[in-house]
Amino acid sequence: MAEVIWGLATSHVPSIGAAMDHGKTADPYWRPLFDGYGPAREWMAEHTPDVAVVVYNDHANAVDMSVTPTFAIGTAASYQVADEGWGSRPVPEVVGVPEFSDHLVESLIDSSFDLTVYQELDVDHGLTVPLSVYCPDPGDRWPCAVVPLLVNVIQYPQPTAARCLALGYALGEAIRSFPEDLKVAVFGTGGMSHQLAGARAGLINQDFDRMYLDAIEHAPEKLAALTREEYIREAGSEGIELIMWLIMRGALGPRIRRVHETYHVPASNTAAGMVLFENLSPGSS
Amino acid sequence: MSSSTPQVPGTYVFDAAESRRGRALNRLCGSLKDAGSRERFKADEAAYCEAYGLTAEQRDAVLRRDWNRMMELGGSIFYVFKLAMVDGKSMQYLGGVFTGMTTEEFAESLKAGGRNFG
Repeated sequence: MAEVIWGLATSHVPSIGAAMDHGKTADPYWRPLFDGYGPAREWMAEHTPDVAVVVYNDHANAVDMSVTPTFAIGTAASYQVADEGWGSRPVPEVVGVPEFSDHLVESLIDSSFDLTVYQELDVDHGLTVPLSVYCPDPGDRWPCAVVPLLVNVIQYPQPTAARCLALGYALGEAIRSFPEDLKVAVFGTGGMSHQLAGARAGLINQDFDRMYLDAIEHAPEKLAALTREEYIREAGSEGIELIMWLIMRGALGPRIRRVHETYHVPASNTAAGMVLFENLSPGSS
Repeated sequence: MSSSTPQVPGTYVFDAAESRRGRALNRLCGSLKDAGSRERFKADEAAYCEAYGLTAEQRDAVLRRDWNRMMELGGSIFYVFKLAMVDGKSMQYLGGVFTGMTTEEFAESLKAGGRNFG
């Protein structure tokens, strides 16, 4: 049976990818952030999953607001790296795992999570930057296949945080009910606090971020009880991306170990956080 | 903005009503991720706005690069940013515009830990 072996929460700021793509990770501006990733990267390299389920949001690249799916999942055999307007990132094509995606779709819909299904999808920085945070030098191919799981965090009303945690619980069950031996990692991406527009542009709320980094391990229900307005007020209009971390957390189950954590301000306009959890009961909920 | 959408001072909460209002503007900005579209836009910006059905206010905001006005007229930052990129402008430049700072002042405020609204 399939297992969830670890979960990674990480910001997906485009400039983090650009810093890697342009060899700037040792620059004084970027070095503290990338040094912070080091221990997590070493651990993950020794615990390679077969598949990563990457929970993320698109940023006006593959999803154009003619349709706004609240939750969606990819079922394709491959996903092209999106050209967001400055050329595609120089990273490998993302390889899918259709039979596993199909299983997740059926299992989640049977659990009353009626996801939109993408047979074709270009993946933007929301997905590829977290893959680069995990694996900075993939060479010709990423070390694992990927299932993209998209969440609308851009257009109000976003799904509630409570619904995201519940989806995470159902996702964990769905993964563990896949009959093949598959090691799965789940990525919850986005955040931390940031706001790009309006008079509050440049907002960073370090107290909220530190609280979130702590509570995501021990008290996800507390984070799930926060309203959309509280997320927007405390973490900024784009900081509401943090609800996607709850999907990762729900999929892990109750017994986890914090492998590594890092937090740095700023990554361009954003507070960047990362926390890695080993799942201590990978085969059961 | 719909009456039930949360109102947070200093913050655009982009909802379905704003998405409807800004649809033409956001479609135009989104088209600029394509190199051919960027060339057509740069060749005749007013005609490009006409082709995308912008309102007169949205068109004027685009032509004058009035970034605050674009946001007030239903722009989504992820779309409006694609227009900024055509001009070689960064998100930190926009942050400065939105807050009345120079790009350098805005970047410094982030390096100093970000803007805290308590």
